[in-house]
Amino acid sequence: MITAFGFVLLTLLVVTAIAIVVTPNLFVAVMLMSIFSLLMAATFFLLDAADVALTEAAIGAGMSTILFLGALALIAEREARARARRSWLPLAVIALTAFTLIFATFDKPRLGDPAAPVHQHIAPWYLEQTPVLMEMSNVVTAVLASFRAYDTLGEVLVILTAGLGVMLILSSGRPDSSRQRRATGGLRHHLVPRVVGQLLIPFIVLFGLYLQFHGEYGPGGGFQAGAIIAVGIVLHALLEGEAAGRAILPVSVLVGLIAGGALLFSAVGFAGMLLGGNFLDYSVLSANPVAGQQLGIHLIEVGVGITVAATLVAAFHAFADREPAA
Amino acid sequence: MIVDVVSFAMLALGGFFVFLGGLGALRLPDLYTRMHAASLTDSFGTLLTLGGIMLQSGWSLATVKLLTILFFLMMTGPTASYALANAASLSRDADAPDLPPVTGR
Repeated sequence: MITAFGFVLLTLLVVTAIAIVVTPNLFVAVMLMSIFSLLMAATFFLLDAADVALTEAAIGAGMSTILFLGALALIAEREARARARRSWLPLAVIALTAFTLIFATFDKPRLGDPAAPVHQHIAPWYLEQTPVLMEMSNVVTAVLASFRAYDTLGEVLVILTAGLGVMLILSSGRPDSSRQRRATGGLRHHLVPRVVGQLLIPFIVLFGLYLQFHGEYGPGGGFQAGAIIAVGIVLHALLEGEAAGRAILPVSVLVGLIAGGALLFSAVGFAGMLLGGNFLDYSVLSANPVAGQQLGIHLIEVGVGITVAATLVAAFHAFADREPAA
Repeated sequence: MIVDVVSFAMLALGGFFVFLGGLGALRLPDLYTRMHAASLTDSFGTLLTLGGIMLQSGWSLATVKLLTILFFLMMTGPTASYALANAASLSRDADAPDLPPVTGR
């Protein structure tokens, strides 16, 4: 049964991908990308990867659609017609790559095969040691936040860099105080979406906080929570106008939050060093190593959440604040 | 036993309404009638399907979660329909030649 669902989802994924490439209307392409992300999230969920599914749904289907639409508001809706020039070299390269990849899949172990190397190597150790070392039921969070904290710190720094890049390239550079409030009032004149949207915002943010602080028992964690909280804040800005969104969280505060989250993560790492452990070794943070691990994981997840949320909101403002190029 | 029969009937009927909504969205002539068909999926489709699953799960936390999902869908579905119809009516008023025509004929 699950396999049948998987086949249907994967077929739809291919159909959607082809439609995205073919359509000349960029608005349609953005909507199809959102559908693609939803299908992808469902596929991840079928594979029991609930954490990844949440991330894909929140960022792929939610946040990046808003960012694409923000970019689309600045440019024309239709793709410029590219002159189709047949050239055989790219086609040959693509065909060769596809052939190699498909050929390589024949050596892959079957999906879910317990004898596959990935289930034999280090995964059993993680599954065995997570309850002992940190008394946590979500092994994904334990791996992400503690065993492989270096990787996660690197990811947070990538997000920090991306956020700074978007703001540097796209921000109009006008300071908040001298800004002339533009007349665009969001959806202020559309009562139904506004009322329903305002009603939903508290629940969206509450769900984000739940994911943030429940991440070690169930699916969730800083990345998902940050994305969902950002969606709540951006929804407010969409409903009440970009200026109102900027008023509750000024860009200067957002910059501080982006840096602050990454700083909190690194600070936890250095605190471990000062207390005599290794960088990002949380066991020394408390007298009891298990409590220390849990404290460290909580703290760095908060740092991740703050950086992710602030970066996404700042990217939205960077797009929404620009005048369309007419 | 009776619960099972009722639940399966609700699930089948829900699936039928979803199918009907999809068929109508493809076959009906213009945007407003298509939206009318699609709203069938939103209202009857979700109500019956989620109701059928709720009967299956009995009194448990899963039912509470399903109720929450149902409430959320009942809130957002009509809002999205309203926003879509409103945008279509506005774009027809503006009579922009670029936009796809509202009527399909």
